[in-house]
Amino acid sequence: MIGKVIRIKTSIADAIPRIEAWEKATGEAKYCGDLATPDELIARVLVSPHAHARIRSIDVRAAAAMPGVKAILTGEDFPILSGVLIEDRPPLAKERVRYAGEAVAVVVAADEAQADLALQAIRVDYAPLPFALTPSQALAAGAPILHEGLGEYKLAVEDVYPQPGTNIVSQYNMRKGDTAAAFSQCEVVMEQRYFLPPSDHLAMEVRTARASITGDGEVAVTTCSQAPHVVQEQIATCFDVPTGKVRVTVPYVGGSFGGKAPVTLELLAYMATKKVGGRPVRVVLPREQDMASAPCRLGLEAHIKLGASKNGVLKAAEITYHLDCGAYADIAPYMTMAMAANGTGPYNIENLACDAVSVYTNHTYATSFRGFGHESYLFCVERAMDALAKTCGMDPWEIRFRNAIRPGCLSPSQIECTASNLGDLPECLNKLKALSHWEEGRRIRVDGRTVRAKGIACLWKAVNPPSDAISGAVLTFNADGSVNVNTGVIEMGSGDKTRLAQMLADKLRMDIGMVHVAMSVDTRANPKHWKTVASLSEYLNGVALMRAAEDALSQIRSIAAQALHCAPEEVEIDDAKAHKRSNPKEFFHFKELVHGYKAPDGTSVGDPVLGRGGFMLKGLSPLEPGTGRGKLAPAWTVGAQVVEIEMDIFDYTYRILRAGTVMDIGAPINLKATTEMINGGVSMGLSLASREAFAYDAAGVTRTPNLRTYKLLHIGQEPEYRVDFVFTPQEDAPFGLRSFTEHGILGIPAALGNALSAALDREINSLPITAEALWKAAGGNV
Amino acid sequence: MRRIEGKAIIELRVNGEARTVAVRPSDLLLDVLRNQLGLTGAKPGCKNGDCGACTVLMDGWPVKSCLVLAVEAEGHELLTVEGLEGKSPVQAAFVGHGAFQCGYCTPGFVMVCHAMLTHHPGAEELVMEEWLQSNLCRCTSYSEIRDAVRAVANAGKRE
Ligand code: FES
Ligand code: FES
Repeated sequence: MIGKVIRIKTSIADAIPRIEAWEKATGEAKYCGDLATPDELIARVLVSPHAHARIRSIDVRAAAAMPGVKAILTGEDFPILSGVLIEDRPPLAKERVRYAGEAVAVVVAADEAQADLALQAIRVDYAPLPFALTPSQALAAGAPILHEGLGEYKLAVEDVYPQPGTNIVSQYNMRKGDTAAAFSQCEVVMEQRYFLPPSDHLAMEVRTARASITGDGEVAVTTCSQAPHVVQEQIATCFDVPTGKVRVTVPYVGGSFGGKAPVTLELLAYMATKKVGGRPVRVVLPREQDMASAPCRLGLEAHIKLGASKNGVLKAAEITYHLDCGAYADIAPYMTMAMAANGTGPYNIENLACDAVSVYTNHTYATSFRGFGHESYLFCVERAMDALAKTCGMDPWEIRFRNAIRPGCLSPSQIECTASNLGDLPECLNKLKALSHWEEGRRIRVDGRTVRAKGIACLWKAVNPPSDAISGAVLTFNADGSVNVNTGVIEMGSGDKTRLAQMLADKLRMDIGMVHVAMSVDTRANPKHWKTVASLSEYLNGVALMRAAEDALSQIRSIAAQALHCAPEEVEIDDAKAHKRSNPKEFFHFKELVHGYKAPDGTSVGDPVLGRGGFMLKGLSPLEPGTGRGKLAPAWTVGAQVVEIEMDIFDYTYRILRAGTVMDIGAPINLKATTEMINGGVSMGLSLASREAFAYDAAGVTRTPNLRTYKLLHIGQEPEYRVDFVFTPQEDAPFGLRSFTEHGILGIPAALGNALSAALDREINSLPITAEALWKAAGGNV
Repeated sequence: MRRIEGKAIIELRVNGEARTVAVRPSDLLLDVLRNQLGLTGAKPGCKNGDCGACTVLMDGWPVKSCLVLAVEAEGHELLTVEGLEGKSPVQAAFVGHGAFQCGYCTPGFVMVCHAMLTHHPGAEELVMEEWLQSNLCRCTSYSEIRDAVRAVANAGKRE
């Protein structure tokens, strides 16, 4: 463990508000869209109305002649392909559109109104093509092939395996033990299919990006990205600009949930500014395009077969996950890999065959979404566990407790689980039992038309960053002894910067009020942080930050030692002071040391203190083709959740009464903020599972591209939330903490599905679960 | 009724000050506040009346500034989050109760809550739910917002 929990004036355990709280409460916090300048041109995007079509021609002549129009771009202007894993996506469609909403042309004009008028004057002649909207359609014989050139695309990484001539983007197979033999000995076998449609991130801030190029070729990009350093590198790669010449700044981000990790509008902004001689251009999307054009959450088709002894001990599993990754690969192959490597859920299954396949379809392409696929496959696995419990005549809690993965077990990718890398799931289940009053019964008849039911689900998540992910931290000091924190971590709501500041205050043994954090990120000033994703920042950046603190402290100790005339080892640090161990009354405040020390006689001692720390992940390995053996992640986070509902058995409407979570978060750092993060995730999970889906019409165009038709949970629909914790330290992490920021969502769709399946006594195996879906499951038809 | 063609100069009363802006008849109040007056507290989230991120007060009542034309706001008293000058008990309660994460929805929520508590100082839960359904938050669980508002409403009841 790096660091140790010690109580000083402020502590990492303190429930302080987020450090930027007042800036946000007053509306002073600036987001990308708030930073408009009068010299900015506006770019608007024309999108495809077809799910799949050939572009015969684009006529921009009339539009180009309209007032205020500075430039019009089509796929012919920058015929490039982009992608972080597979370079398959043209930033503007060329010759072909593969989903309704795909960007086809960009108009750059003096203002939004002029750009919008010009958009309407662009004539595109499309020849519609047959399309596939689900993985099964896209994998069927005779399905339209989305990317005939799949074999020629450049692969940006080694571990993606596209299958040219098909719609298979990549595939990962896990093989452990002898599944066939194990199934033949199972007394109980359960088999089901599951379906999850794509949905949207719906961050309240609509994506926007701005770019300009100075006379000497310096590219400046301001965007709402979770990954400024990736934006910088992608622009450099796509447009052949030296990386250092690209400067990306990110102010506050208004929610992201994975949706702002891919590089999308930044490419369009670069192309647009390039076309107008480097003048600043801002790409502005309406919400409708943010939903239909920008990447969304994946869809999933799954098949699960579980084999167990009659007392419910899992023996074997056969699992197939077909991810609907939409028209382009983006990060979907890695989500597929994550599903393969964790796709059993947190259970010990010695014989496993799991095939996870990402499939191109004519949907909006998918990208990382809160949970990185875990929220989706867990719905399937946890529904399967309830179905298995029913077949065995067992209690759903009992079957989970019996099979929960524990230290000593092998994960699906055959990593040995330890208390440190796994945490304590049985303890989470024990606490969940108490927190949910599980013994009251799963299904209670309240009156003639109302039943109450509970559903539980376990969760686990392993992040899978690239094995060379890095982070860094630089500390500088002010004349009052306070510290400035410079990192590449984005503040997008997850509160990482507050908890990191608390860790730093603890480490430097100073009050949190003395920690000043640069909230925006600038690739020119801040050290590279891989991406603010995967709930990994407090680990990845935390290690770097603790190293920077160590570095600063050793400099402070050395200066103090000279000032105090003692050995550095005799210097103790507390309350922003360095004192002699033998005599705490003999001390110097940080403010006397951090810019070097000036002795009373005028001699100068030491140098200014500058703390630096860096961290690169170690010890990860890709999945071995065939068996899927390999280590994708430093650790898991485990937990268990419960949802309690009340359903009207006449009209199938229901209310969500309570939602509870117990999670092993490693260490108690600001539990109030932690609870808020977890409940935010729970709320999103309830919204997702109860109402969210992209619905498509017969032509493959989404019918729900706005908040009028795509409903989110609103106040009055939220349940009573309960949260409890288990603390099993992750030994290589600062203070022993585990990732948790996105995890609140993970088991919730499944727990809701289990509660409603119990209430109705039917197997509800698709999302979202609306009253209409329940009515249909109960046998209703139109 | 006044007829406006092309651009017209109008005067808006914003946060107690008279501000002059040049607008087209179709310009949204939201865009004029943000682009011409630099009042970026009100945010666009949908420009369709669905999210409430753009909420400001007009004569003390919440309006979605994406559904109001700038010319319609003439002659009315406008209050934006900037006009609260960080003094509203609602803001303090939002900070204390963790009623936001990314903060993008916050100015809108703060303005609705501020108006509600002016009209219903001791607002009960149902009143609160009715008023706040106009706004969406994607980050929080809503219970934090409810707790924040309840704290101010309870203080209102005691007074
Ligand atoms: S922007 Fe006005 S309601 Fe959403
Ligand atoms: S705090 Fe992010 S939308 Fe409400």
